[in-house]
Amino acid sequence: MPNEYILEMRNISKSFPGVQALNNVTLKVRPGSVHALVGENGAGKSTLMKCLFGIYIYDTGEIVFDGETVLFKNPREALANGISMIQQELNPIPYMTVMENIWLRRYPVKNYAGISVIDDKKMYEDTKALFDELNIDIDPRDLVTTLSVSQVQMMEIAKAVSYNARVIVMDEPTSSLTENEVEQLFNIILKLKEQGVAIIYISHRLEEIFKVADEVTIMRDGHYIGTWQTDELTMDMVISRMVGRELTNRFPERHNVPGDVILKVENLTSINPKSFKNVSFELRRGEILGVGGLVGAQRTELMEAIFGIRRIANGHIYINGKEVTIRNPIEARSNKLALVTEDRREMGTFPVLSVSDNILIASWDKYVNYRFVIDERKALKDVDNSIKTLNIKTPSHKTLIQFLSGGNQQKVIFERRLFTEPEIFILDEPTRGIDVGAKYEIYNIMVELAAQGKGIIMISSEMPELLGMSDRIMVMCEGRVSGFVDGKDANEELIMRYATQFA
Amino acid sequence: MESTINKTKGFVIRDLASRYAIYLVLFALFIGIGLIDKNFFSINNVRNILIIASVRVIIALGEGGVLITHGVDLSAGRVVGLTACIAASMLQRSDYAYKMFEKLPQLPLWIPILLAVCVGLIIGILNGATIAFLKLPPFIATLGTMVIAYGIACIYTNAQPIGGLRDDFTRLASGSVISIPNLIIIALIVACIIWFILNKTPFGKYIYAIGGNPNAAMVSGVNINRTLISVYALAGALYGLAGALLAARTGGATNNYGLSYELDAIAACTIGGVSQSGGIGTVPGIITGVLIFEVMNNGLVILGVSAYWQQVIKGIIIIATVAFDIRKYIAKR
Repeated sequence: MPNEYILEMRNISKSFPGVQALNNVTLKVRPGSVHALVGENGAGKSTLMKCLFGIYIYDTGEIVFDGETVLFKNPREALANGISMIQQELNPIPYMTVMENIWLRRYPVKNYAGISVIDDKKMYEDTKALFDELNIDIDPRDLVTTLSVSQVQMMEIAKAVSYNARVIVMDEPTSSLTENEVEQLFNIILKLKEQGVAIIYISHRLEEIFKVADEVTIMRDGHYIGTWQTDELTMDMVISRMVGRELTNRFPERHNVPGDVILKVENLTSINPKSFKNVSFELRRGEILGVGGLVGAQRTELMEAIFGIRRIANGHIYINGKEVTIRNPIEARSNKLALVTEDRREMGTFPVLSVSDNILIASWDKYVNYRFVIDERKALKDVDNSIKTLNIKTPSHKTLIQFLSGGNQQKVIFERRLFTEPEIFILDEPTRGIDVGAKYEIYNIMVELAAQGKGIIMISSEMPELLGMSDRIMVMCEGRVSGFVDGKDANEELIMRYATQFA
Repeated sequence: MESTINKTKGFVIRDLASRYAIYLVLFALFIGIGLIDKNFFSINNVRNILIIASVRVIIALGEGGVLITHGVDLSAGRVVGLTACIAASMLQRSDYAYKMFEKLPQLPLWIPILLAVCVGLIIGILNGATIAFLKLPPFIATLGTMVIAYGIACIYTNAQPIGGLRDDFTRLASGSVISIPNLIIIALIVACIIWFILNKTPFGKYIYAIGGNPNAAMVSGVNINRTLISVYALAGALYGLAGALLAARTGGATNNYGLSYELDAIAACTIGGVSQSGGIGTVPGIITGVLIFEVMNNGLVILGVSAYWQQVIKGIIIIATVAFDIRKYIAKR
């Protein structure tokens, strides 16, 4: 008789000094099914997966794979046994080709007079066949550095599939995919299901879970809450079980009233011909302007140019009706602009510095006496107050930021910007990789800022967020503005139509 | 319940042990060598260690700031050598037979010392500027100036040793105030200034930020170029000061002075907990790193270990100390 479950993790517990990260967690996955694992950040999903792959050693519990008790010592051993994983943080080797990345450590070889040589031709053909099967349009000979983030993601998915694994763990696989690619991924998942592969699907986007998952296991604070068939659940039920309380609204109510124009952009064109062209828009005080579009629409590039990180060939920027030139972030800051970047790890946090140093880095000038001595007492008093106001969960301001959850790190970065007293906020994917509870708090901050008359630009690839938070939505496609939609009239289809207009 | 308490307690002790690892290493070395040979504990010997360490501390503090920005300064040793020659050449006794500048009048002490500091400063600015504007990797930029500084030292001295230094100059190094050697006082003052810069000024905060995440620092509006140039310039100035003091302490200078001092400084900083990936490092840590080095040097001599074996043992201690210390940064499984 075949086993009902291909993989069972029974009563897994794992503690770190001072924290019980996992407490009797159970996960049972059926072959040929998609099993969603959901929970807020810090709920223990990643820790559970790391226990599966032998990255962490669990304290108690048992893992049964295909009817046998197993204990993998490292991810390679798990792979060899048929469990593969698409990591949340992608770590490809940049200066290698796509195919070299995919077949790493298992290159096809051929013999030349007794010497094994890598068989590039076979590797190319294998990769091509794999990509064709999965409908992926990437040249296997391209260097990974030349790929976009979403292409790298698709490559990683192909790599996980290439192991012919019987269980594939997908940790936030869609975080950097475009809507089309998400569809493509779902097709791949369907195909894998038909082949009897089990998929453990971890995602913050609940819409996706209702689309693909057969079963859902919910975790909270390292505890196992339960497992349900997806059709037994509603979105609200999942959310309330995840956060342990009823969350009636995903977005706060807004009472902000857009006022005068605070930022005006005219015909802004990048020096890079492949980037943004002739972009014009206005932002009003107290307005939340959503910026929608597919990955590759050059939204980030446009905003970074306004902030002085990228060069512009021509065009004008007016703040409060006065033309300004912004050549670097220092000038952006003195023009009352604030940018919260998309990639927290790469351009946001200083992992080895404390929460207070992370908050104060952009505003030390405000806290100096005698021109160069820091008034630490005053600075730390303000920091402590701000930690309370934004409800940043941290043992103290001395804690290193790397030990905070993603949502709290994001709040620290918001605070860093708030300390510079800006009038215009540019928020690039402000809630990416953040759990539901913290998302709501970030939305609250945005609404509060808008109510104070600040202008807010929010780039978002999450449709519900774009629709739920924006007073107006600017949609971009291939570096150009393809349309503006009023928040009240906006719907998913309309935005998608604009987003693909020139494609 | 009890087991959790025990666990936490064990954790705290281990945590404290790893946080203060380098201080424990210094303490253990000190006591250990002293127990084997009582001479090690004599006031004269301890004084000697501290005097030699003083110059090294000044160099290491300059190098340390650079390392915290995730840079490296290979020119340190050769700049010390060059500036030692410059200071020495202008402070030779008027009756000395092989005087380099025969017509040079008796200068006040501070002029040659200031000149040494300025030469170091200029080389430092050069380092910083090539790194900031030409985007050269620090390793390469400072490798270049290292070679240049040595070349200039050779040209300047014509590869002849400079001796016969004025008494008032050598007294600067050998003298003391209320029986505390001048060199120790100078090193302490420099250490206080650097501690103040790193902890109490925006410039110091920017140094840590650039080492911690250069992209985030840029987005935050930190003036990266200015900060980098200032860090290397400050380091260069400290090497210049160290060079002048080294000449005073040894009573002379040659073009070969300062050979591989930069490597000793990097090793001392690393032992002292300065992270090789930037963003982490403290002044007390750097001083402790230098002291570990000097206690070791002195101890090995006193114990009669041969000069060649000293090298081997020093290398092992560098690796062992850092391996022990780095445990606090390795993610716990």
